[in-house]
Amino acid sequence: MADNGFEPVIVGFTCNWCSYRAADSAGMARIKYAPNVRLIRLMCSGRLDPQFVLKALAEGADGVLISGCHPGDCHYVEQNYKTIRRYELLKKTLDALGIEEGRVKLVWASAAEGAILADQIDQMVAKIKSLGPLNWKARPARAPTGKGGQP
Amino acid sequence: MSGNGHGKPKFAMYWAAGCGGCEIAVLNIHEGILDLDANFEVVFWPVAMDAKYKDVEAMEDGEITLCLFNGSIRNDENAEMAHLLRRKSKVLVAFGSCACEGCIPGLANLYSKRSLVETAFSTLTTDNPGGVLPQTTYAAPEGELHIPTLYETVRTLDQVVKVDYYMPGCPPESPQIMSVLGLVIQALKGEAQLPPAGSVIGAGNSTVCDECPRPRNEKTLTVFRRMATFQPNVQECLLEQGILCSGLATRSGCKALCPSANMPCIGCYGPAPEVVDQGARMMSAIASVIGSNDPKEIDKIMDGIVDPAGTFYRFGLPHSLLHHARTDG
Repeated sequence: MADNGFEPVIVGFTCNWCSYRAADSAGMARIKYAPNVRLIRLMCSGRLDPQFVLKALAEGADGVLISGCHPGDCHYVEQNYKTIRRYELLKKTLDALGIEEGRVKLVWASAAEGAILADQIDQMVAKIKSLGPLNWKARPARAPTGKGGQP
Repeated sequence: MSGNGHGKPKFAMYWAAGCGGCEIAVLNIHEGILDLDANFEVVFWPVAMDAKYKDVEAMEDGEITLCLFNGSIRNDENAEMAHLLRRKSKVLVAFGSCACEGCIPGLANLYSKRSLVETAFSTLTTDNPGGVLPQTTYAAPEGELHIPTLYETVRTLDQVVKVDYYMPGCPPESPQIMSVLGLVIQALKGEAQLPPAGSVIGAGNSTVCDECPRPRNEKTLTVFRRMATFQPNVQECLLEQGILCSGLATRSGCKALCPSANMPCIGCYGPAPEVVDQGARMMSAIASVIGSNDPKEIDKIMDGIVDPAGTFYRFGLPHSLLHHARTDG
């Protein structure tokens, strides 16, 4: 789909200890990156319930970013390994539900890696721009009132 | 049913897009059906007695005291009856998994309407060389015929009309039906109070795991197994043996019937209390117990989950957060 001025809405879940601070450090270093991500801070990426991702997509987000400490560096020892597993399972399920790979992305970013987070966000925004709006809400969720149609 | 029912509260039961198992479950209350007849006048129950839609249309609004509505909403006839019975009923119960969550018919939401219809009328065993598809109107010599229009997606009852109570299960267990009918009868006599509107009735307030007799241990899965090719032992937790069991995301109330019969819970009692999306909860739990931290190995283990959307959302796709898959027409 062409760009057409489409600005994706991306909900970003970041962990308190690494990736939220990475976003802070990107800001302090005045790194410019796409303004499409709305960040939500979790204590740990392992707190990410797949329901959060599905709710964001169902209610209008074009993509969801999940970000946490690098494997091995988790503040809570190994909860981000759960994040990896949840992410992999979620990807398989979303694929079966027709949601393209790239709309939900897992990025590791330590507190010092503001530049990496910014770069990954830029790449994600470009990818979702090429995929076009998700527009989940526009799909019929209620019974149409009129009759007719085939078959 | 009894002829001199005047003055008794009125009872109705209707079957929309479902399999009829809910109706059988009601008949399975055995002599309890006599209590139903003694306390209610059955005014509309197409499976059990002759009735016409126009008889319901002729009733006063709110004339039916209790209506058990089973089946999901997948065509305009289902929706029309949902609206009609809502108007005529004081208490409308979404009865069974189809009405509550969409159930097996709701798996149609993984596909577009077009592909469903084309598949149904072009199977190997279908003799349809002209590729004829059903039409909603047909001019027969005797007059014009109309059949209901299929909707794009399957909906739950509460996505079409306001629902007073939800009674989950595929089908609801007969003892649960007995206890709910008993409660309503008591409430009508002023001996008990109905729960707040919107409540789940005839079910537990925990998970199937809590009712399951198998002991629970630390779980670490390195392989998923399927019932067709594996005989689980009767002692250990089925999930610990690699069988995808939905007990941990599913509401209690069935007394863990399936795990007791050495079959995994498939999730028919719907999301456990406080769970919005049963499939998401399953994903979260299953991912937590996979015994690997290596992405490649995790991926390989997860390949053992053959149909994730169909497994995790077997009973709840229409009521899930996403409601349906994204299809291209």
